[in-house]
Amino acid sequence: MKPRFSLATREALWALAFLAIPLVFFLFIRIYPAFQALWLSLFEWNADPAKRHYVGLEHYSRMLTDATLGKALRNTVLYTVIGVPLQLALGLILALLLQSVTRLRDLFRAIYFTPYITPAVAVAWVFSWMLSPNFGIVNEVLGLLGIPAQKFLTSPAQALPTVTAIVVWQNLGFQVVLFLAGLESIPRTYYEAARIDGAGGWATFRHITLPLLNPVMVFSAVIATIGFLQLFTQVVNLNFTDQGGPVGSTLTLALYIYQLAFARFQLGYAAAVTVLLFGLILIITLVQLRILSRRVEY
Amino acid sequence: MNRFYTALAYILLALGGVVMVFPFVWMLLTSLKPFGELFNLEVWPRDPTLDNYREVLTRTDFPRWFLNSLGIAGITTATVLFFDSLVGYTLAKLRFPGKEIVFVLILSTLMVPTEMLVIPWYVMSVGYGWVDTYWGLLFPGLISAFGVFLMRQFFQSLPSELMDAGRIDGLSEFGVFWRVAFPLVRPGLAALGIFTFLGNWNAFLWPLVITQSPAMRTLPVGVALFSGEANTAWHLIMTASSLAVLPVLLVFLFFQKQIIEGVVLTGVKG
Amino acid sequence: MKKLLVAALLALGLAQAQQVTITYWQYDFKSKVDTINELIKQFEAANPGIKVVQQTFPYDAYQQKVASAVAAGQGPDVVNLYYGWLPTWVKAGYLQALPDELSKSLDTDFIGMVQAAKVNGKYYGIPTAVRALALFYNKDLFKAAGIKNPPRTWDEFYAAGQKLTVKQGNRYTQIGYGISPDGQDHNVVREILVRQAGGRPYSDDDRKVLYGGPEGLKAFRTYTDWVKKYDIGIPNFFPGNNGYRDGFIAGKIGMIIDGSFAIGTIRDGAKFNWGVTEIPIDRPGARKANFGSFWLHGLSPLATGAKRDAALKFLQFITSADTERMWLERVGELPARKAILKDPKLSTDPIYGPFVVGLSYAKATPFVDEAAQRKVMVDAINRVLLENADPDTSLKQAAAEDQKILDQFWK
Repeated sequence: MKPRFSLATREALWALAFLAIPLVFFLFIRIYPAFQALWLSLFEWNADPAKRHYVGLEHYSRMLTDATLGKALRNTVLYTVIGVPLQLALGLILALLLQSVTRLRDLFRAIYFTPYITPAVAVAWVFSWMLSPNFGIVNEVLGLLGIPAQKFLTSPAQALPTVTAIVVWQNLGFQVVLFLAGLESIPRTYYEAARIDGAGGWATFRHITLPLLNPVMVFSAVIATIGFLQLFTQVVNLNFTDQGGPVGSTLTLALYIYQLAFARFQLGYAAAVTVLLFGLILIITLVQLRILSRRVEY
Repeated sequence: MNRFYTALAYILLALGGVVMVFPFVWMLLTSLKPFGELFNLEVWPRDPTLDNYREVLTRTDFPRWFLNSLGIAGITTATVLFFDSLVGYTLAKLRFPGKEIVFVLILSTLMVPTEMLVIPWYVMSVGYGWVDTYWGLLFPGLISAFGVFLMRQFFQSLPSELMDAGRIDGLSEFGVFWRVAFPLVRPGLAALGIFTFLGNWNAFLWPLVITQSPAMRTLPVGVALFSGEANTAWHLIMTASSLAVLPVLLVFLFFQKQIIEGVVLTGVKG
Repeated sequence: MKKLLVAALLALGLAQAQQVTITYWQYDFKSKVDTINELIKQFEAANPGIKVVQQTFPYDAYQQKVASAVAAGQGPDVVNLYYGWLPTWVKAGYLQALPDELSKSLDTDFIGMVQAAKVNGKYYGIPTAVRALALFYNKDLFKAAGIKNPPRTWDEFYAAGQKLTVKQGNRYTQIGYGISPDGQDHNVVREILVRQAGGRPYSDDDRKVLYGGPEGLKAFRTYTDWVKKYDIGIPNFFPGNNGYRDGFIAGKIGMIIDGSFAIGTIRDGAKFNWGVTEIPIDRPGARKANFGSFWLHGLSPLATGAKRDAALKFLQFITSADTERMWLERVGELPARKAILKDPKLSTDPIYGPFVVGLSYAKATPFVDEAAQRKVMVDAINRVLLENADPDTSLKQAAAEDQKILDQFWK
């Protein structure tokens, strides 16, 4: 019997069927509201829709002279540039270590997962004590090593690196799970074949593990970048009474947007900054996908 | 030589493990301290007590918040696992026009910070009468772009011959997905399950905005009640946080097992 | 014709229904929630046609919750808000001006600082209670350090502070004063020290920042000298949100300047003898100043027609003299009506007294965008304390930033 549709059409129809519900969801719940935000950036916002007046690109030109925005942008980029490589490198090392041990493996995995599940408020409280310039255990340990006490979160110079370290610490829990999932998906037969070919540890890692881990790697890089560019929760909790401080040294774009919209009612301007953040993320992600996916053709 | 490396791995893991688990342990220990010991700068409770647990469990609505969060995190995890892997599979393994556009479109939704979507969602919910309902709490998390991307990556690494074999065996496209491909990406599903459950379990802003009545509060919103204008009941926050960690740990252990079982399967078939 | 008929029917329907439900929002604080619930019962008994629903949200998240409702044009009919948020809310079209009859009573019966509830000459809300600042001190630490009386002048404050500060090597184990730029200290500088130095923080029409002038610079230097010259405390001595208060409660800080809303927390937590005294001044007889503030109840634009009438009734009820007395007793917050504040029992109370006296000369800073303006001053202080910036340069920068916020608001 001849099929009613060609093979290609059949496949496309199946694809359509599979995608229908999710696409409606994304269009309706994610994309349409995003366009509403974009639209909002052209207006001076008011609770009464009749009083929302059109201001054109005024909010966008205001961004050019906004020193706080400049600082938030600089901080956001710094967080990302330091945080993403650190998270990926440490995550991979830990995943390989965890995979290499046989005894106590489950225990170790659970231990390395705990930072990820510890609620943000609890993390913030514990770290504010551990890193306290006066009472902190970390400074006590540094003192034993002959290093002078540091100010960490309370110093405008050290706060951003400290927050980055805490975020990486927390994200590692999930990063490790992700890499382990990727590693476990690599069929054992490849490793066996490599062993028969007499490949050493490093050669196996370079020519089997890394390339086969690439999809997870691409994913991790893109998602970690998006995550750091939208950094918010930890920054808020780690300095709750002076959010983004001290002296704006930890302020991120996402936090600035949030403050503008929820504490200062400047929804139009907040929307304009959102568009900036969106553009930044989009460009970086597309570049990343292009560069990293090229490497797939090994 | 090999033994040397193994020993080194254990030492490194143990050292790192202390750094990783210490704040968690501190949280647990703080939950055993009476309020008066909160600021005495000692890690170990002098006078450990379960009073904080008694207070959180009996004098607040904690059980209700807990169940609300459990329901929401459970349902969204199930829908995300199903839909996201379906879409991920479609984007990875089926050929159709506009595939790249659909992928970038879905991915781009990750780039708009949730903080900015909350207000349009709220307006929408008012219009449809979803305010202060479970559906209102659920709907933004039913499908996630994060998971679509993740599952696409995992499906991409499956050899297409497996699916072709399924087709030859007379399976429908959905059958190929459900019977052949889906079981093979268990490690990925496990990672996604952990991520989604935790994300919804800890969600704060949207549950805060969409709920009004005390009965609808989720765990993070409820826990926020422990800090007031002039005081923060850290001993209760630590207690509630310690309790909140339990189901996530169970979910982790469950999915973790899936990751390991996944190995066996791929090992055989691959 | 048809339209007219519909309108008439609607009006008739409303009149017949008679039952009106209004919603009230405040942040969750047990004694406040309970008191309002009781007030609602009384109110509903006296007004059979009206039903009031109270909804509460976590304090830390209250502003986010209201802001998203506001942004969606949704939410309560009567809403509790901090006075500093008022101008932004009014500008965003989220509050209704109060009718004239209510405004008159605000001018005559309420304490002067409720003027801060006015935007463009109109009142937008009424407070039940008000707060002021005072100096809390640890009597036991004072005694141990041989200090007899709580400080009345700044010189006595420095002397006490230095005696109370204890160092071990480079580390402080106890400090005299709980430095907290993002606690109340930004208010101390802006509203207390600037005025004590003979200046004003803002012009009377609130269009110009004045604290960048010579009095302001003097005041600012006075404050940063607490750390830099007198060494009576360090920022971030005690970790956590509001570490200055926690550190005081833990018995490691000798003195803090805090609001009357902190009385309950300190009473519950402190395991030592403590006292409260008025904010110190330059010398006996010198100018006094205090920072006053309040939460008030406003009317949202959702309250229209019969709902508006009901909401106004409720608003008056929860700000009546009787309610204020009950509020003082149950919640422990100071009444906003002059007549009740005059009660000598209140002004001689060892704990409430210094606050009540402080209220008589307190001013509520006329913020237009409290979140942003607070940050400007906190950053100015931190630049000096944490980054060793020059105080004059730092304050002038703050004044310029603040001016920009005012200009942005009034444009």
